[in-house]
Amino acid sequence: MLVLNQVHKTFNIGTINEKPALRGVSLTLNDGDFVTVIGGNGAGKSTMLNAVAGVWPIDQGSISIDGIDVTGLPEYKRAKYLGRVFQDPMTGTAATMEIQENLALAARRGQKRGLKWGITKAEREKYHEILKELDLGLEERMSSKVGLLSGGQRQALTLLMAALQKPKVLLLDEHTAALDPKTAAKVLELSDKIIAENHLTAMMVTHNMRDAIAHGNRLIMMNEGQVALDISGDEKKSLTVEDLLMKFEQASGETFDDDKALLSK
Amino acid sequence: MLNIFSLFRAMPGSVAQGLIWGIMALGVYLTYKILNFADLTVDGSLATGGAVAVMLILNGCPPAAALAVSFAAGVLAGLITAFLHTALGISDILAGILTQIALYSINLNIMGKSNQAISVDNFNLIVSLRYIPLSIIITIIFLIVIIGIMYWYFGTEQGFTIRATGCNPNMAKAQGINTNVAKVLALAISNGLVALAGGLYAQYQGNADVNMGRGAIVIGLAAVIIGEVLGEAIFRKHLNFIARLVFVVIGAIIYYLVICFVLWLKLPQENLKLFSAIVVAIFLAVPYLKGKSKNSFKKSAKNGGAASC
Repeated sequence: MLVLNQVHKTFNIGTINEKPALRGVSLTLNDGDFVTVIGGNGAGKSTMLNAVAGVWPIDQGSISIDGIDVTGLPEYKRAKYLGRVFQDPMTGTAATMEIQENLALAARRGQKRGLKWGITKAEREKYHEILKELDLGLEERMSSKVGLLSGGQRQALTLLMAALQKPKVLLLDEHTAALDPKTAAKVLELSDKIIAENHLTAMMVTHNMRDAIAHGNRLIMMNEGQVALDISGDEKKSLTVEDLLMKFEQASGETFDDDKALLSK
Repeated sequence: MLNIFSLFRAMPGSVAQGLIWGIMALGVYLTYKILNFADLTVDGSLATGGAVAVMLILNGCPPAAALAVSFAAGVLAGLITAFLHTALGISDILAGILTQIALYSINLNIMGKSNQAISVDNFNLIVSLRYIPLSIIITIIFLIVIIGIMYWYFGTEQGFTIRATGCNPNMAKAQGINTNVAKVLALAISNGLVALAGGLYAQYQGNADVNMGRGAIVIGLAAVIIGEVLGEAIFRKHLNFIARLVFVVIGAIIYYLVICFVLWLKLPQENLKLFSAIVVAIFLAVPYLKGKSKNSFKKSAKNGGAASC
């Protein structure tokens, strides 16, 4: 379970570039929730994910994961509870390390790392099986450097890595935005599969309204650093893009201003 | 008149020097290549290693034990740079320069004056330019052990954290790695190796000098880059980690052989550092220029021009 309680964050406080990014976000994710997050440019979608991941400390409020208050924990300590996939395919993996070494790094997330081997023979066999299931041919290239993979392959690998050590919450930050439509669809399909198979609690930021409606059991729309809409259950199932735009206007009193999202409907 | 025999006579000494500096270059490889951290501490920590070894031996410490203390002193120097960088937020290059400058005074304090001689006649030194073949063998043994340990260490979970931190700090943090700890470890080990090389080199040349580390980073980088270019040319994509480390040492040997050649040509010695800098600049520039020649505006203009005629 993930709980955000009245989370505030302002960037560049006291400068001309001061920007309130989160203005009291409160949100509770129940175990097994798969929430899609949409919103206009600068609405605070990615900022909210980064607040959960602990990229920087928040100004006010609290965040807890599975009953543990993580508000004061730095990014590397929170990583124990979180799986993350980023927008830029370069961010989630270590390019100069081998595919199997990246997996081995992820398998030790949240564990103490000492002078034992960084990757064992048993692990290699296990990774071979997992990669085979992925059906991208990566199982034959386990000792290749990740830098040789395409963006889509990298995102698929990052997804595997995020789920290897079962996270309390999986954070997907526009993880298909940098991919071509066909690859994006494949990676989304894989995300669904991994979330369902591992019964993960997940939060997925997306610019694509149709994706936001088609995936997950719950949808939230953000506006000006707050949660403007929260739709779940049957209402979410029967939702259309037109409904969503209308609801957004009702909730916020303004029109939805994200060109990219509108164009992609 | 240039005498070719004097060149051959000088070569074993250059190989010995290259091997000792190869240990230092392995330290530079660790920070520059693996951690992606331009650490200028080494100019100071090399001399610290020399100063510590010579003073201990002069005061009756066995030379081998003195080397161990040199290593420890280098570790301390690395920890200071790591502290300046990770705890105080000073950029990598500046943190290294600050430690390097501070070490100059510390090294003077250790030695009491700018130069301390130590004679192989009075002490049972581990290496000496009076016994070059033996020195070469002993240094090779040192290198085998060091490369073996490095190969093992960077295959461990802890070694993985340093490699991940150097490659992609965001990814490392997302995987629960404390990147500051990884930097501290790498800088400590790296400067330990550099100071160990300093301790050996002081014994080899029979004195420690407060300026013995001046320009060491450039020699280290030269070794790393020459080794890499050569290794990749010979092994292409099959250059594994252990071969990379060996080629760093080979790079250091080549550097000293080139210097030996330059000296043999009777080029003025005061230009040696200028020459070193030019060599490193060339090797740093080659990969960039090579990439550019394949992908330049000039070329596309030429190709476009050809198509239109």
